[in-house]
Amino acid sequence: MHPAFSVIFLTTLIGAGQGLFLGLFGAESLSLLGVLPPPGSDFLALGSALALVFLVLGLVASFFHLGRPERAWRTATKWRTSWLSREVIVLPAFMGVVFLYGAAHAFGFNPPLGTLAGDVPILPTVVLGAIGALLAIVLYVTTAMIYACIKFLQEWHSPLTVVNYTVLGAANGFTLAAAYAAWAGVPLVAFLATVAIVLTLLGLATRIASLVRNARIKSKSTVQTAIGVKHPKIQQKSQGFMGGSFNTREFFHHMSATFLRGMKWIFLLGAFAIPALLLLIALVTRVDPVNVLIAAFVIQYLGLVAERWFFFAQANHPQNIYYQSVA
Amino acid sequence: MTQLALVIDLNVCVGCHACVTSCKEWNTSGDAGPLVDQNPYDADPTGTFFNRVQSFEVGEYPNTETVHFPKSCLHCEEPPCVPVCPTGASYKRESDGIVLVDYDKCIGCKYCSWACPYGVREVDTESKVMTKCTLCVDRIYNEELPEWDRKPACVRACPTNARLYGDIHDPESVVSKAIREAGGYQLMPEWGTKPANHYLPRRKTQLTIREDEVERADNPLKIDSQLPKPGQEEPSLDDVTSW
Repeated sequence: MHPAFSVIFLTTLIGAGQGLFLGLFGAESLSLLGVLPPPGSDFLALGSALALVFLVLGLVASFFHLGRPERAWRTATKWRTSWLSREVIVLPAFMGVVFLYGAAHAFGFNPPLGTLAGDVPILPTVVLGAIGALLAIVLYVTTAMIYACIKFLQEWHSPLTVVNYTVLGAANGFTLAAAYAAWAGVPLVAFLATVAIVLTLLGLATRIASLVRNARIKSKSTVQTAIGVKHPKIQQKSQGFMGGSFNTREFFHHMSATFLRGMKWIFLLGAFAIPALLLLIALVTRVDPVNVLIAAFVIQYLGLVAERWFFFAQANHPQNIYYQSVA
Repeated sequence: MTQLALVIDLNVCVGCHACVTSCKEWNTSGDAGPLVDQNPYDADPTGTFFNRVQSFEVGEYPNTETVHFPKSCLHCEEPPCVPVCPTGASYKRESDGIVLVDYDKCIGCKYCSWACPYGVREVDTESKVMTKCTLCVDRIYNEELPEWDRKPACVRACPTNARLYGDIHDPESVVSKAIREAGGYQLMPEWGTKPANHYLPRRKTQLTIREDEVERADNPLKIDSQLPKPGQEEPSLDDVTSW
């Protein structure tokens, strides 16, 4: 497929925003359980605002993908059948909950709504945070399923697609959360950076698993099934036109195999190896973690942009069988 | 249930592209607006087409055959492009099975084109919406046209009658008979899309002529002839004029 930067930025930016929110709410939950020190309302409010910035930027990027963005409101109508429609519903819902969660913290609106058994208060921020965390996960799934549900794009049609979108987005978001905690001077850096390392290494494993899977894919469609002639030796002599068309532009990356291989190594280093190393440095050495963690986030984000580019470029659309020879 | 469709006879198609130009002409002149081209008379011309004719060489030189292969929307009975559409702009008509795009609802996200394994949907660069073969829905029901003319433009244009048009759910229709009797098949059956359009395979046309069929069977001079047999050119009983 031809990688569209609008979609690359949409998926990577909202992935980081979702992960950041999961990091914030994870820290708040664990602090309420007494495992972690309390992060403070200001930290959570500003963090929610930061997550919203990423989500809004992603949403803005997505509009550049549309030919008729003024009709975008229509996309919410076919949620019964279309994963894209589902994503379009879940994304603003998630943004709304993040906004309310941040606002509740910013204005200190947190009266107990009731108590659970054992006198545990039900706090509005926890309720909102739990809904938000659930929506963040659902959003990862809906985003990934847009690609995973197309069965003849065999590189995408796998549970690994969903796993990778979730784990890679969450890893990047936790790295961002760790950088943010370091910058804000909140004693959550160790927790967030540790989770970020675990998610980054887990993501490395699942992404390599999908690379291995995709390297072994045997295309179900062949030129024989495409035109219905059984002969083993068939060659296209003409695609029917000499100029380009939508078919020759939209479904191929137009780059060399070497470029593609290069991109693979760039994202393996940029999205996984280097950020994991930087996170480790921030955790175990005595250097000032702020710049190291910010660098880890930026490098990992750019690495994930490369990863997403490769994700699209690697998918081989069966329609390309029909466009092998100009004349 | 009606399912209108084309049946394309690869044994007859000569690859003249008449259906391509006829399709373009009709569909660029319709109410839905033009199918625009960019640089039509310049370097790198490009544009929107609903129908293409491609050519494939089958076999190994010198034993090759050229297969001309027209390709347009197959109006699948299980169209994978329809459920993925987030707005409902891409739909399949209940009444006749034609897969259409509502140009007023389409947001141009291209997702349906990704979800079509055949590559028959094209974004029009000017109207910024997805376009595709409509099976000339504005011809086949057009009461301003005489009844014999209410067929898709590509079908009307084909000089060799390689394109048949009709209801594949009606067992007595010309297309159903062709599919049944000439081995009609579907493209990429592996994806379960059940294309409505079918293709008829290439057929070997052979005529075996034995030597005695060349000779006149009712030739009494030769049947009862004395030996040696008279030559082929010599007069015989029924060649009355040669007497």
